[in-house]
Amino acid sequence: MVYDDTLSITVNGEHRRIVKGMTVAELALELGLEPTRVAVERNMEVVPRSTLGEVRIEDGDDFEIVTFVGGG
Amino acid sequence: MTDQWQVAGRNFTSRLIIGTGKYKSFEQNAAAVEASGAEIVTVAVRRVNIADPKQPMLTDFIDPRKITYLPNTAGCFTAEDAIRTLRLAREAGGWTLVKLEVLGEAKTLYPDMIETLRATEILATEGFEPMVYCADDPIAAKKLEDAGAVAIMPLGAPIGSGLGLQNQVMIRLIVENAGVPVLVDAGVGTASDAAVAMELGCDGVLMNTAIAEAKDPILMARAMKAAVESGRLAYRAGRMGKRLYADPSSPLAGLI
Repeated sequence: MVYDDTLSITVNGEHRRIVKGMTVAELALELGLEPTRVAVERNMEVVPRSTLGEVRIEDGDDFEIVTFVGGG
Repeated sequence: MTDQWQVAGRNFTSRLIIGTGKYKSFEQNAAAVEASGAEIVTVAVRRVNIADPKQPMLTDFIDPRKITYLPNTAGCFTAEDAIRTLRLAREAGGWTLVKLEVLGEAKTLYPDMIETLRATEILATEGFEPMVYCADDPIAAKKLEDAGAVAIMPLGAPIGSGLGLQNQVMIRLIVENAGVPVLVDAGVGTASDAAVAMELGCDGVLMNTAIAEAKDPILMARAMKAAVESGRLAYRAGRMGKRLYADPSSPLAGLI
């Protein structure tokens, strides 16, 4: 257990550490993503885009961040 | 009078839906969409590239405000995976018109109809409007429609095979029985295949590889536009009956 001001999370299968208190929208911006152009799933549940700026990240959260790509 | 078609309450003029995979570049893809006249394009839902978040995106080249994005569930082998993907797609795009495909196995990409039907039922109860990739099975097609599919999209041949419509009898039976639009999805290889689908009475054709893997994709996009329009016109015109033997077109009377 690490006693500091960071949280351990997973984003698209990769482990990351982030500062405590961050919202999902802030995480997206930190990753260089425009929150209006992605969709976010947190622990298998979609996070509505309207609440990305309100939902605070918790230790152990597992995120999938997706967008549209070419496909048939 | 324009010959429009309607799916889930939306009107479209073009009966050609094209995919956005396998193109050499976004520029080529956008040019093919333009040349095809398509008003709907299919797109996939994938993880963003966190290592390089500033790389160009499909939406920079094909404007979702002008072209309807139809998110697919390509690569999903269970109802759960497909539903999870489309829930994210709905959040990413903000619309409920989607393309459902639940695949049975990787070699043929043939649809798993039990999982497809189950996913259709769940999606419909969640307010989605699924256009459903399916087997060329008229009974299954009817069940999909009853479950809430807004369009039935049987394959003409395996995805990406370009073999043309191998199942014209079954496609025609599906068209005859359907109360929702029927589009051939998969199997088209060249323009005449698209025309055949339309001559059978399909409401539209969906294709990706036939255009993207042509030597000149933009020229093939034009060819497909013309073929879909020609096939549709021929269907509406009503073709002549077939005869086993010749029937002269010039009068026999007055022959010297």
